[in-house]
Amino acid sequence: MTESSITGLLESDCKTRLRLSVNGTERTVEVEPRRTLADALRDDCGLTGTHLGCEHGVCGACTVLIDGNPVRSCLMFAVQAADVDIRTVEGMASPDGTLNPLQESFMRHHGLQCGFCTPGFLLLSEAVLAARPDIDDAELREALSSNLCRCTGYQGIIDAVRAVRDAV
Amino acid sequence: MNWVGRSLRRVEDPALLRGQGRFVDDFPHRATARFVRSPLASGVIEDVRGEAFTVADLDADGVSEIVCELRRPDFVKVPQPLLARGRVRYVGEPVAVVVGSTPEEAEDLAEQVELDIRPTQPVVDLDSALAPDAPLLHPEATGGNVVVEGSFATPGLAEALASAHLVVDMEITSRRQCAMPLEGRGSVASTNPADDRTTLYASVQSPHMVRTGICDALGLPEVDLRVVAPDVGGGFGQKLPLAREDAVMVWLSRRLGTSVAWVEDRAENLSAAWHSREQRYRVKGGFDDEGRMLALEADILCNTGAWSCYPITWGVEPLMALGELPGPYRLGEYGVRSRGVCTNTCPTSPYRGVSRPVLTLAVERLMDSAAGRLGLDPAEIRHRNLPEEFPHRSPMGYYLDEGSYRQSLTAALAEMDMEDFRRRQADARSKGGRLPGLGISTFAERTGYGTPAFAARGMSVTVGYENVALAMDPSGYLTLRIGASPHGQGLHTALTQIVAEEVGVHPQRVRIISGDTDNTPYGWGSFASRSAVLAGGAAQIAARELARKIAALAAEEMEAAPEDILLDSGMATVAGTSQGRSIDELARIAHHQPQRMPKGLGPGLRTEAGYDPAGTFSNACHVAEVEVDPHTGGVQLKRFVVVEDAGRLINPMIVDGQIRGGVTQGIANALLEEVIYDPDGNILTTSLMDFLPPTAAEIPDIAIIHLETVTDSSITGAKGLGEGGAIGAPAAVINAVNDAIAHLGAEVNEMPATPERVRAAIRSAAAAIGDRADAAGAVERSEAA
Repeated sequence: MTESSITGLLESDCKTRLRLSVNGTERTVEVEPRRTLADALRDDCGLTGTHLGCEHGVCGACTVLIDGNPVRSCLMFAVQAADVDIRTVEGMASPDGTLNPLQESFMRHHGLQCGFCTPGFLLLSEAVLAARPDIDDAELREALSSNLCRCTGYQGIIDAVRAVRDAV
Repeated sequence: MNWVGRSLRRVEDPALLRGQGRFVDDFPHRATARFVRSPLASGVIEDVRGEAFTVADLDADGVSEIVCELRRPDFVKVPQPLLARGRVRYVGEPVAVVVGSTPEEAEDLAEQVELDIRPTQPVVDLDSALAPDAPLLHPEATGGNVVVEGSFATPGLAEALASAHLVVDMEITSRRQCAMPLEGRGSVASTNPADDRTTLYASVQSPHMVRTGICDALGLPEVDLRVVAPDVGGGFGQKLPLAREDAVMVWLSRRLGTSVAWVEDRAENLSAAWHSREQRYRVKGGFDDEGRMLALEADILCNTGAWSCYPITWGVEPLMALGELPGPYRLGEYGVRSRGVCTNTCPTSPYRGVSRPVLTLAVERLMDSAAGRLGLDPAEIRHRNLPEEFPHRSPMGYYLDEGSYRQSLTAALAEMDMEDFRRRQADARSKGGRLPGLGISTFAERTGYGTPAFAARGMSVTVGYENVALAMDPSGYLTLRIGASPHGQGLHTALTQIVAEEVGVHPQRVRIISGDTDNTPYGWGSFASRSAVLAGGAAQIAARELARKIAALAAEEMEAAPEDILLDSGMATVAGTSQGRSIDELARIAHHQPQRMPKGLGPGLRTEAGYDPAGTFSNACHVAEVEVDPHTGGVQLKRFVVVEDAGRLINPMIVDGQIRGGVTQGIANALLEEVIYDPDGNILTTSLMDFLPPTAAEIPDIAIIHLETVTDSSITGAKGLGEGGAIGAPAAVINAVNDAIAHLGAEVNEMPATPERVRAAIRSAAAAIGDRADAAGAVERSEAA
């Protein structure tokens, strides 16, 4: 293998230019058609809070909101995400860094340990509570079983979301 | 102000919650590497065609193998090349590496590499590897595929077993596990041409050890490699050993003069990161007529996979099983043979609890089985065998410090309300339908052990101690640098509490620096339930010494005796007076008016400390309540209670999180997760649709009760507990499943107890007792219900 071979197998002419609306900000990116939304957010927009845990749609670490609905960004192409409203974990806290009530509740109820699954769970939880503010405990557990956490045993996550539901 | 013992919120959380965590994949790099992995379990490499680096390139650069050993005659030492040389030994073994400008391009390049491998007969499971005519994996293992074999026996074993009132003989099987942290392994290496130093950002649990291992292989002085473990998305042991891939990344970066990233995908993680705990135990317990265990004999086999792991070695599972099988139980006679057997499967490494989840299952199944045959309650037989006097000496000579073995059992059963459960169970059995079962697990968790314990293993790289460096800056804030390397445990928070309490400042004034070989003292990392005990102990020693210096300065300034100085809430005061100086002011003096420091103390305020204890045993009792569907074999967890004694709790919230996370992995081991190979060594579980980690739907709320036994074996009074949840849960769950189906004559001694296995046990029980109507009738009744 030579050093020259590490650059430029693919020329930029097979890239597509598109506009993404992320957390209310318009961004223009140039991506290959095969680039997933997750990779576009992470690598082209620099929003590395969206994490990749399995890249086959099971773990949910890459969950983002598309027009308010939770979506696995590893299973969606970036080119499919033009003209929609994308929300990532970076859009949750206030610009000054103040945590929103859900983030605050995860902290209070020890809903995270290593933090790798946390952005996905935060966005999933936000969507669940927005759609079903009065969701009961069993349905909430079922809804949160969409994503995987390897550290907490889920109780802290469930307690955190429940507390926000009950405060509303 | 007391900070230790309070559930302070974690200092780690805000950044992680905002998406500002920095994981390996978040670091910029110019190129991406992709490993070309073996599609065959066993074969001879005839040719590698394509634009790829192979072991020949490593050899040309003088790169050597990864070597580690246990210094004992039965240990087979096999040096491991960084890329396969000559042969492949498991599906997923790295054969070559390609580099592209993007991950997509690297994958394309990897697909263009042609591997010409002549298949040879693999050995995949324990029995085929032990067969007399089995193909040998390594030429170094001339005696067969057994790579480590330990044995031990007390003199009276045979006689005690022969004269026992009851001998229970059973086989316990644990199918292969994978720790599966949600973030896989990965690293980014970059080399600075100005000084020829390389920095490796790596998702690891032990950056100093990784640096040593890589530098030994590459022939590099350690000063020229900086290893940084940034935010690490879980490890559980899988990120403890040196990954060959990380070493290759350092080599690639230096060879290409650029920054290169390798981030494994989930299929790589499940097939080519480390596996664990494929074990089989034949155990015989000899009991007297009152249920006291007199003798325990065991023959243990552990499938180590294809290679040893640096630096813990492939001896870790079999030798821990040998040493700790008796658990906390009082026992006169003990005999054991334990072997590690290499096969054409992914290499194994420690996974949360290492062998203890399985050895605890073995002994706890013996206890339940003996209780059943002697007509004793499962709790009663444990009471009769648990120690009351401490230190309790185990048959292998471990000393268990003070614990609450019996008290934890009593407390757990009271929480469960046994009478109520037995009523509900009888009721359910008479009605048909789902079958309730309740299972107990009592165990000891050896934690916080330093050099003495590891040295006893004869490790060529002996891990153990932890070091810290503490400094107060001129503004009165503190920085603690630690050799330990947490990855989600919340250790930073716990250490701020320990330091703040000793120095008399608010925890928000303490910063922790970890996971960076350039900026922390040499240490071993976070694994083996050790960080709170060892890094916490070292932090306490350092903080106490720093407090002593501050008090001496305060005494000088206020013309008082140093022993009369109290440090609290940011102030140094003279006891019994209104005289005081702020610690900020004293910090300023120590740095900027050093002539005012007492003789021999200045300038500045800094200390270093190490801690290297023998170890301390936590204990716990787990009780699980399940429901078994006799029609499908499905098992549902209904309740789970943990009574844990880990000594003094530094941050109870963090402790509970560790317990719940561990129990969840234990439940997964018991019921769900299994790495499966076919007879040709093809791995069948390479996605999260085949390998089944639990979701919130499978895990019940876990009730936790704490007992706090005071110990002298840890200077902070804290015992380790990171692994305990995972150690105790499988036995509690499997005992519960067996309690549910015992009346059918069925028994499951294999985990995970999948629906298929539970159903098979019920069916074969029905067939075996030759009274199909009885057991099958019970099934039919439930099916009808």
